[in-house]
Amino acid sequence: MNAFLLEYAPILIFLGIAGGLGVLFLLAAHLIAPGDPDPEKVSTYECGFNAFDDARMKFDVRFYLVAILFIIFDLEVAFLFPWALRLGEGGAFVFWSMMVFLGVLTIGFIYEWKKGALEWE
Amino acid sequence: MDVATLTASLQLAAPEVMLAVGAMALLMFGVFAGDRAAMLVNAAATLLVLAAGAAALFYVPADGGEAFSGSFVVDPLATYAKVLIAAMAAAALVLSSTYLQNEKLAKCEYPVLVVLAVLGMMMMVSSRDLIALYIGIELQSLALYVLAAFNRDSLRASEAGLKYFVLGALSSGLLLYGASLIYGFAGSTQFTEIAIASGEPSIGLIFGLVFLLSGLAFKISAAPFHMWTPDVYEGAPTPVTALFAAAPKLAAIVLIARTLFEPFPVLSDEWRQVLMAISALSMGVGAFGALAQTNIKRLMAYSSIANMGFALVPLCAGTLKGVEGMLIYMTIYVVTTTGIFACILAMRRREGMVEEISDLAGLSKTHPGLATALTVLLFSIAGVPPLAGFFGKLYAFIPAIEAGLYWLAVFGFLMTVVAAFYYLRLIKLIWFDEAEQPLIAAPREANLIAAGSALVVFPILILPFAAGPGLELISYAAGSLF
Repeated sequence: MNAFLLEYAPILIFLGIAGGLGVLFLLAAHLIAPGDPDPEKVSTYECGFNAFDDARMKFDVRFYLVAILFIIFDLEVAFLFPWALRLGEGGAFVFWSMMVFLGVLTIGFIYEWKKGALEWE
Repeated sequence: MDVATLTASLQLAAPEVMLAVGAMALLMFGVFAGDRAAMLVNAAATLLVLAAGAAALFYVPADGGEAFSGSFVVDPLATYAKVLIAAMAAAALVLSSTYLQNEKLAKCEYPVLVVLAVLGMMMMVSSRDLIALYIGIELQSLALYVLAAFNRDSLRASEAGLKYFVLGALSSGLLLYGASLIYGFAGSTQFTEIAIASGEPSIGLIFGLVFLLSGLAFKISAAPFHMWTPDVYEGAPTPVTALFAAAPKLAAIVLIARTLFEPFPVLSDEWRQVLMAISALSMGVGAFGALAQTNIKRLMAYSSIANMGFALVPLCAGTLKGVEGMLIYMTIYVVTTTGIFACILAMRRREGMVEEISDLAGLSKTHPGLATALTVLLFSIAGVPPLAGFFGKLYAFIPAIEAGLYWLAVFGFLMTVVAAFYYLRLIKLIWFDEAEQPLIAAPREANLIAAGSALVVFPILILPFAAGPGLELISYAAGSLF
């Protein structure tokens, strides 16, 4: 096998281990867990929406608000990963660029908190 | 980026930095002080916007330059546009104070959103890179979407905000698609690099340019991308409409000029055809669409569509005089339209704001001063000599005639005649009809701005001591694109 493909060998090994572990846990749960099913337990979720329902249903606009606020911080983390990997090479400029970005996000966070967007009731 | 380059960049972008930091500070102050402080925040935001305009004029190095690796540029054109944008946005903020209090809309978010929109507009006129351009447009648009729906308990305002948002997102999609094609075929997002790559234009580049231009035409509400304008103008709170009609239009059209002249000088034959079509369509739709309107804000929406068509006529020439003509026309237009909206904000009865054209009847008897100012402004926007609007149209049509676009100039002239009908109908209502029920006294700031803008339109701008240096200034500003 050529050297190029060998570089991907760890991924193949990892896939195998992950698949094996997944099957193992499923089987273990099936074999050794105490089983006492009732309709509530076997349904997909115990809270939130029904998984199978008319698509044109009413739903609480607060879910939407939480989702939007979540996305901002989700993207922030997605931004932080590449930044953290390259932080050592860039020096002060790279560090403070991200600090300015986080500062702007913090202003928004203080605003939404103070406005009560994070309170469910 | 080392410290010296960063400092130089930040100094060139000083007005934008001021606005960004100021907007965040005002937001924090507003959210902790609550809506009782809304008027204080409004006043502070007005001062902040004016200070940013002053900083663009006096603090930023006079010879300008490039910042942030060439994606941000400060040149006389950008500075001229920024000062005018700051002045018009400040006027819109001043106009909003009484209205917001009367309509129970006085919230501290309003001025903060206006400041953020101004920041976006200033980014737009300074961008020399497709990404900086997009960020500027989106920052401006997102703030304006929210402002359009600011009266969220009103069905019409929510509809206006939603329509504006959905169509704005569509136009951003067109724009981004065009930008990605341009990047793909030119290999860079920077205008200077694209200019080099477009030396040998490929069909993909032209394709991208047309998409980019379509997206930008949405932002100036030029036909055939004008559908949102009447509904948004009518539904949005009136001071927000006053803001929509002036500063964003100026920012977007300056951006169009820069985006066409800097990266695509070689493709000028191609984009001039697109501009001609957009310009002629806008003039026609604006002139004929306004004829049947009874709501004055809808009428002003069609008027703004027609005026964008007129402002694009000189750009179709593709020459230095064309950019000059566009700047002259836009300067006069933004001053006039802000004055007219100040008059619309003065239209109030005891039970609330009124917006029908017939409510203006008999204005000359109840409010002679306001009636005179509105008449001057309407005559000017109709293009009647010797008011400034006439000279604006003159300077707009001359470059087109010099470039041999006789049909466009003649068509524009005919549309001016059609448009004159509905402006003159308003004047007839004001002076010759009887009022059913008089309007109550106008807020002081609306009177002041209406009078100020009427004075600028006639006689200040046409006096030789103002017109001479003004034209020199504009041709100096336009020269930075060549």
